[in-house]
Amino acid sequence: MLSLTRRSVALGAAAALLLAGCGGGDGDNSSSSGGSAKKVTIEWWHIQNQPPLRPVWDQIAKQYMAQHPNVTIKIQPIENEAFKAKLTTTTQSGKAPDLFQTWGGGVLKQQADASLVKDLTADVQPWIGNLQQIALTPYKIDGKLYGVPWDSGMVGFWYNKALFKKAGIDGPPTTWTAFLDAVKKLKAANITPIALAGQDKWPGMYYWSYLAMRIGGADVFTRANNDFTGPDFIAAGQRLKELVDLQPFQKGFLGAKFETPDGQAATVGGSKAAMELMGQWAPSVEEQQSGKKLGDDLGFFSFPTVEGGKGQLTDAFGGGNGFAVGRDAPAETVDFLKFFLSVENQKTATATGAVLPTVKGAEAALKDPRQLEVLKTVSGASGLQLYLDQAFPPAVGQEVNDQVAALIAGKASPDQVAKAITQTAKSQ
Amino acid sequence: MARSGLTDERSRDMTTMSRTERSAVGGHARRRRRRRVWVSITLFLLPALVLFVFLVLAPILIAAYASFFKWNGLGGPPTDYVGLGNFRRLFDDEVFHKDLWHGVVLVVLSLVVQLPLALGIALLLNQRFRGRAFFRVVFFAPYVLSEVITGVLFTILFSPETGVGFAQGWLADTSTVLYALFIVLTWKYFGFHMILYLAGRQNIPQELLDAAATDGATPWQQFRHVTLPLLGPTIRISVFLSVIGVIQLFDMVWVLTTGGPVHESETMAVTMFNFGFRRFEVGYASAISMAMFMISLIFALFYQRLVMRRDIQGAMTVMGDQR
Repeated sequence: MLSLTRRSVALGAAAALLLAGCGGGDGDNSSSSGGSAKKVTIEWWHIQNQPPLRPVWDQIAKQYMAQHPNVTIKIQPIENEAFKAKLTTTTQSGKAPDLFQTWGGGVLKQQADASLVKDLTADVQPWIGNLQQIALTPYKIDGKLYGVPWDSGMVGFWYNKALFKKAGIDGPPTTWTAFLDAVKKLKAANITPIALAGQDKWPGMYYWSYLAMRIGGADVFTRANNDFTGPDFIAAGQRLKELVDLQPFQKGFLGAKFETPDGQAATVGGSKAAMELMGQWAPSVEEQQSGKKLGDDLGFFSFPTVEGGKGQLTDAFGGGNGFAVGRDAPAETVDFLKFFLSVENQKTATATGAVLPTVKGAEAALKDPRQLEVLKTVSGASGLQLYLDQAFPPAVGQEVNDQVAALIAGKASPDQVAKAITQTAKSQ
Repeated sequence: MARSGLTDERSRDMTTMSRTERSAVGGHARRRRRRRVWVSITLFLLPALVLFVFLVLAPILIAAYASFFKWNGLGGPPTDYVGLGNFRRLFDDEVFHKDLWHGVVLVVLSLVVQLPLALGIALLLNQRFRGRAFFRVVFFAPYVLSEVITGVLFTILFSPETGVGFAQGWLADTSTVLYALFIVLTWKYFGFHMILYLAGRQNIPQELLDAAATDGATPWQQFRHVTLPLLGPTIRISVFLSVIGVIQLFDMVWVLTTGGPVHESETMAVTMFNFGFRRFEVGYASAISMAMFMISLIFALFYQRLVMRRDIQGAMTVMGDQR
């Protein structure tokens, strides 16, 4: 009886200590005080359900659990689409996992508005300075930080240097006119200029977004204030239509996906198309899906500027991956996040080639010179616009994807696209 | 004598009782018996009833409730009441109009192509020939395959890049995608209808056909006037399942095309999923699901009342006889 009481007193004391340690925010979490600390379970949902990242995440969790015997981390790796569906049904019941995948932006804002996620601003204060500050942008909502990124990158053209040479193109085009010329030259040389995943829709959205940014400037979407019928957006649609009219895409692109053995990435990876507009993950997916290595033949160039437009070549369109913390998550979750984002752990993740790290110093593990280039471009970007399907509320993001897909399929005019997106945006 | 007097008294009591209270005593017993029957009925029904209420009735009611709100599904019950707003939006929604049209096209194609094909093969497989069992298994096999596997299989088959022989890109063309989808659906489901017809055909006594043959009926006349009428109930149920299947079609479309290109192969269920799980407009998605539910319900009621009336009445008569 006595021992029981004593044990519960000790437990209570440990819990109090723990609370004090985490509430203090001095970064020194005393939860590693051994077996006497309160047992907690951290439920962790992520979408890195395949190698190379899955084993790395598993390893990090194992290490943390070894150092903190009172913490159990329950990992649920879920496929991207399934994750979104599962998270929706879970959050409908007013619950959220303790630690879960987020891309920031509109979806995270909805979750924050429903107070499903924790405001991390104070908790991460001591160490958030270790991260590249521009990478935090998508996770800041009304000045508060609701998520922490571990990966950040941008979209640009990945191109096949050998095919460009074969078509007689001197170097990567920097203006829209030069770009259209390059497409024409590739077509003349009987090379499919661009691979596009029409079924996935989001890869098409990149073209329209970048064109709008190059024409109206990096802040064009922020300034739009839910009205996308302005001349900048109409012009973006018209420029995109110019490209579509050249029929630059591979055969059957409307039915193609990005990440399948006959999809967009595989088409470029297998040298069946000269380029694709895609984010930093493109080289690894190209290799994985086509089973071929392009090696030094693969190059990267920024989306060309549009003549007379306000945007610059250095304005970036992109985003990354991060983690949000559920409202009712145990305090250890933030401590684990800190451990997860340590330079050593992020170096391990970066070394796989699937991550462009946000933690300063981890980029030393980057082996691929092209990825280093992307990282340099994004950290030196003059402006950053988050992926529209994440920046906007989900309904607006999906409407953009749908409408641009219709434009690319030749089923909608630039005017109709602008009107439909505006209508959805205003209704939110 | 005291004794006889007592008996007299008792018998008089009994007589009085018989007039006024005996019926009451019998009523008690009967009521008790009936109550006992009710208790056991309830107990036996309870598990199924609980499941039905929680897994069927409650979701329908919740969806009906949610369809009157603008709701993103996050953070507790919906609060933004919009009345019939979601339904008004639905009737103006071009994508929903397309969904309905695709449903009509698929139903017509199923009735005109898929079911006659299944019937034809069923009648062929009813003949005696070597390897009959083998062919029955082969034709039924696609139905056993999971929808997802079938979908992936046909995306590979139809792919312009890796396609084997069919490298047509039918799934990538807005004008052919619906028919390509129908080909896959036919491949997948005709085996099921074939088995139904085969079972129905085997229930037709050979004597009837022999009698018709003796009377000089040609094979076509035998089919037209003996086989087909007697297959009636089977055909009616097969049509019913086919139509309901089209109304609720989701998984195959999702795997093959996700409804594209440009919504040209989208069905109501795909639209619902897009709005519920991609756009987080759960209120509007609920309205779509209510529309699907109403269409299914109205079709089922009318079909049972008008087309399957004879089949159902037949079933009821049998039940009445057994009681």
